[in-house]
Amino acid sequence: MADDAIIRVRDVSVQFGSRRVLDGLHLDVGRGEILGFVGASGAGKSVLLRTIIGLVPRLGGTVEVLGTDMGTADAATRRGVERRWGVLFQHGALFSSLSVRQNIQFPLREYLNVSPRLLDEITLAKLAMVGLKPDVAGRFPSELSGGMIKRVALARALALEPEIVFLDEPTSGLDPIGAGDFDELVRTLQRTLGLTVFMVTHDLDSLHTACDRIAVLGDGKVIADGTMSDMLASQHPWLQAYFHGPRARALAS
Amino acid sequence: MSGEPVLERVTVGGGVALRASGVWTAQYAHVIERMIDTAEKGERGQVAVLIDVSKVAKLDTFGAWLIERLRRGLVEGGSDSRIAGLSDDYSSLVDEVRRVASVAVTPAPRFSIVGMAENVGRSVVDIADMMVALAGMTGALVVAFGNVLRRPATFRLTSMVHHVEQVGWRAVPIIMLITFLIGCIIAQQGLFHFRQFGADVFVVDMLGVLVLREIGVLIVAIMVAGRSGSAYTAELGSMKMREEIDALRTMGFDPVEVLILPRILALLVALPCLAFIGAMSALYGGGMVAWLYGGVDPDAFLSRLRESISIHHFTVGMIKAPFMALVIGVVASVEGLLVEGSAESLGQHTTASVVKSIFFVIVMDGVFAIFFASIGI
Ligand SMILES: Nc1ncnc2c1ncn2[C@@H]1O[C@H](COP(=O)(O)OP(=O)(O)OP(=O)(O)O)[C@@H](O)[C@H]1O
Ligand SMILES: [Mg+2]
Repeated sequence: MADDAIIRVRDVSVQFGSRRVLDGLHLDVGRGEILGFVGASGAGKSVLLRTIIGLVPRLGGTVEVLGTDMGTADAATRRGVERRWGVLFQHGALFSSLSVRQNIQFPLREYLNVSPRLLDEITLAKLAMVGLKPDVAGRFPSELSGGMIKRVALARALALEPEIVFLDEPTSGLDPIGAGDFDELVRTLQRTLGLTVFMVTHDLDSLHTACDRIAVLGDGKVIADGTMSDMLASQHPWLQAYFHGPRARALAS
Repeated sequence: MSGEPVLERVTVGGGVALRASGVWTAQYAHVIERMIDTAEKGERGQVAVLIDVSKVAKLDTFGAWLIERLRRGLVEGGSDSRIAGLSDDYSSLVDEVRRVASVAVTPAPRFSIVGMAENVGRSVVDIADMMVALAGMTGALVVAFGNVLRRPATFRLTSMVHHVEQVGWRAVPIIMLITFLIGCIIAQQGLFHFRQFGADVFVVDMLGVLVLREIGVLIVAIMVAGRSGSAYTAELGSMKMREEIDALRTMGFDPVEVLILPRILALLVALPCLAFIGAMSALYGGGMVAWLYGGVDPDAFLSRLRESISIHHFTVGMIKAPFMALVIGVVASVEGLLVEGSAESLGQHTTASVVKSIFFVIVMDGVFAIFFASIGI
């Protein structure tokens, strides 16, 4: 699988002030894989995600995405790679002065040369995929609920048919039915489009149903990496607490 | 990948089939859209059209939707149309887009006379609303000030000191620089023109009266409006956007008392000080120019200044300063609280805050001028 890695993180360290958040982290994500990334709150999952997409400067190490070393590539190459991924930020990061429709169409208008009719149709298709009704298209982000913001942000992340999507807690703030639909949507997209998904999540259901592989972050490193059954079998105390805690048990029963 | 998308028309058995092949993805969406529009028109009136997608090498949401759109178009045109040859993987994608309702493209709003009149009307109403809001804010400030007087322990002194530093102390260098230059310019222009009548020495009168009465405080107030009024609006506006003000309210705090009163009191302290510093700096600049450019030596300048101005000129200038501070603070706070969810709205209200406070400062200066003239000082 390491040969087919679409994201390759080697020995990455990140530090804020004197506090080291990531410390020599290694991680591979294979093509067409759905990786669930877990870890305690504040462990640095969002920081890792932001480091991979180049928003947080690295102290050391290399990040390779789609075969391009993001540290040494020139600006044009980097932009080429950036076009091929979609990102859902933890807090949505919708453009507050654009309506939902304009938010989704923003990357489309920039990169594709299609008719306004098709733009509108695709916007509605994306909205429907993430479980939103067409009438939200005209609203502004400040007029949406927290879960709706998440969904619109996901629709925007998927707008350009990316090869990789980075999702930071996509199901937090969604009702259980919505979260279930979301898991199914991710599965469908993976199957049909060969999408690779890097998903930070605390949602045990998502980990169960959507993820092919789970990686666990602790002390700035990946402390465990494997399928759900590997996680369940692990003797690591934190993993025990995470996957066999009261919430996990309630789920299993 | 077998390259460009293709849609061929083939006849199978008795019927017609459209055979799609190639890559049906976002990248080629504009090509595909044209192809399906042509096909849709071409097949109008056919009894049955089969859309064969078994040869499609790659399909994404764009491709899936366009195939679905072709099918719908054909059905609307009266043909019995079906999609055939979908692989299992792709059929779920087509199912996803099948749920999408057709859209009526909404036309963009057009320019019209009625719309223009409506805008004018709305602006007038907005002005009235603004006046009400200003009065409301002033009232709320008085109430908050009353509460603070009754319970002095609740006054946020630290916050006020912080804001005095921000709007007062940190503004000193730039205020000194600007007013110094203005003083220089007034003196230079006065000398240049008064010299023609041999009236050089009256430059000192003009400089003294103008700077102490009008220019000093006006320039400083305009600078403070641009520098601190905008900052107040932006701070309050972004707090409003992120529900921080709502959070304060739910904890039982009055946002006016906690956020706005210390800011406005800070302005009330800072602006008169700055106006004083500004006036002195302008006189200094004017004096320098009078000496170096006009040959009026400092002793002569000072004695002339002493003769030509009275304490009234200075008082008139200083009396205006706190009122201007109040106007700037109130306008900035009102605009800050009007900010809504978007970054654009924050920008609009920050601009409006500066424009309106400068406007009110100048209007107020005019009103004061009339008032002082009529009472004779
Ligand atoms: N810009 C920054 N400057 C300083 N410290 C930061 C910055 N961004 C993140 N941190 C710190 O890095 C650590 C990891 O933060 P991160 O946001 O990655 O947590 P997380 O694992 O995503 O947590 P959660 O599950 O709560 O989202 C935290 O201790 C945080 O305080
Ligand atoms: Mg996070």
